[in-house]
Amino acid sequence: MNELPQQLADGLALGALYGLIAIGYTMVYGIVQLINFAHGEIFMVGGFGALSAYTILPDGTSLLLAIPVMLIGGAVVSVAVATAAERFAYRPLRGAPRLAPLITAIGLSIVLQQLVWGFYPGAKSPVSFPEFTGDSFQILGSLHISRADAFVLAAAPLCMLALGVFVSKSRSGRAMQATAQDPDTAKLMGINTDRIIVMAFAIGAAFAAVAAVAEGLDKGQIRFEMGFLLGLKAFTAAVLGGIGNIYGAMIGGVLLGLAETLSIAYVEHIPGMAQFGGGAWKDIWVFSLLILVLLFRPQGLIGQRVADRA
Amino acid sequence: MTALLEVEDLRVAYGKIEAVKGISFSVEAGQVVSLIGTNGAGKTTTLRTLSGLIKPTSGKITFDGQVLNGIPAHKVVSLGMAHSPEGRHIFPKLTIAENLQLGAFLRKDKDGIEKDIQRAYDLFPILGERRKQAAGTLSGGEQQMLAMGRALMSQPKLLMLDEPSMGLSPIMMQKIMETIATLKAEGMTILLIEQNAQAALSLADHGYVLEVGKIKLSGTGQDLLHDDEVRKTYLGED
Repeated sequence: MNELPQQLADGLALGALYGLIAIGYTMVYGIVQLINFAHGEIFMVGGFGALSAYTILPDGTSLLLAIPVMLIGGAVVSVAVATAAERFAYRPLRGAPRLAPLITAIGLSIVLQQLVWGFYPGAKSPVSFPEFTGDSFQILGSLHISRADAFVLAAAPLCMLALGVFVSKSRSGRAMQATAQDPDTAKLMGINTDRIIVMAFAIGAAFAAVAAVAEGLDKGQIRFEMGFLLGLKAFTAAVLGGIGNIYGAMIGGVLLGLAETLSIAYVEHIPGMAQFGGGAWKDIWVFSLLILVLLFRPQGLIGQRVADRA
Repeated sequence: MTALLEVEDLRVAYGKIEAVKGISFSVEAGQVVSLIGTNGAGKTTTLRTLSGLIKPTSGKITFDGQVLNGIPAHKVVSLGMAHSPEGRHIFPKLTIAENLQLGAFLRKDKDGIEKDIQRAYDLFPILGERRKQAAGTLSGGEQQMLAMGRALMSQPKLLMLDEPSMGLSPIMMQKIMETIATLKAEGMTILLIEQNAQAALSLADHGYVLEVGKIKLSGTGQDLLHDDEVRKTYLGED
């Protein structure tokens, strides 16, 4: 049996990754009540954007110098794709029945996957990504944190902190809260709600790009379909935490990451459960957790019931 | 002299259903003008069209010498039109102070904004006492005060109030009406929508009676208050 602290640390790193992606679902939902099912692909194109930025760097550039360039490259591509999707796919459907933009999002997700598959050189199979090699950090004696995990464990709280300050303190952030609570009245205050919606998409996309760089650094490769399951899990995290709530997304992500890691490590040791343990069953446990939470708290852990929002 | 607000043959439809069927009216600077009428008469639709939330099918809206047709809602505010919507629509999770600051969203003069927030607290002391409280925790009457205070924060040339007395206790209603009278005395131009015809017409320099999307009657507030038909239909007298 692995040591519990190590499992918790690994789960936390995985959860931070889920949380970063989940922010994108929750921000867009909070403002336009759209589940942007293409967000997993926004995450994926961020990975390819980061890789493209990396390839134009001179050979032998140290990874520590390359990471900021990759983050910028990934964010530029993710934000560009997300804002274009908002402008040309979702905005024309505002006011249409809810199902229309939802189907559009699913369609967009397939289109983005196929575009990368068809046009990114070599993307028909996994593409190698600079792996964050080097010794892992050893803390508290026996706890090992890989460099990629350290990256995401640092990036996620920083992003959350910046977002929290932006939303609660800045003029645009307050306009964002107003738009989420009552879009028509926000317009009456002089707030350009179209711009606020673009901003929500852009912030979510930038966070997804950070997550994509983290994922690439960890696995050493990226794939055109990597956004599908990770996106679905991050969406689950957003729902778990209470969709529409930015802190809920991060909490949901961390919880999901912990549940996944702990179920892999410990379920098989529960008497009589041996055949339900290990990696193959992890998604079953994770989604069972979602079902359980939703049975007792349909609004998510720290979400509000729809009736409270009126 | 041209009026501050001039509405000519305004028509508004929701799909195939026409809610406003060609109405014309005007508001002179410094006047209080009341639109009265029952539910479904088209009062709220008219106001939402004026502030740009709904696009009219035809007609012309001129405000302060500028044609408003086609100007989006968030820009109409900057021209000097403030709209306190039906049902108050304060931002429930933001504090009272934050709600008031949002009313001044387009203003850049920090000192002036602070001064006007203070003025809102003077006008409605209860708002000042609870400035750090989430607006959703206020009572209906207090929320109405906040909605009015918030609308005033944009330093409007025209203040549009949609049913400020709706759902309020008689005491609260009186307080709101007194505030409107105070604003009128200070020279504020007000377009007031009300189901409470007695209160709305007593305050009005000019009134219009709206019935199923058309203006049925118009006249000075006093004339309408003494009109037999108005007394019968809107004031419940035999």
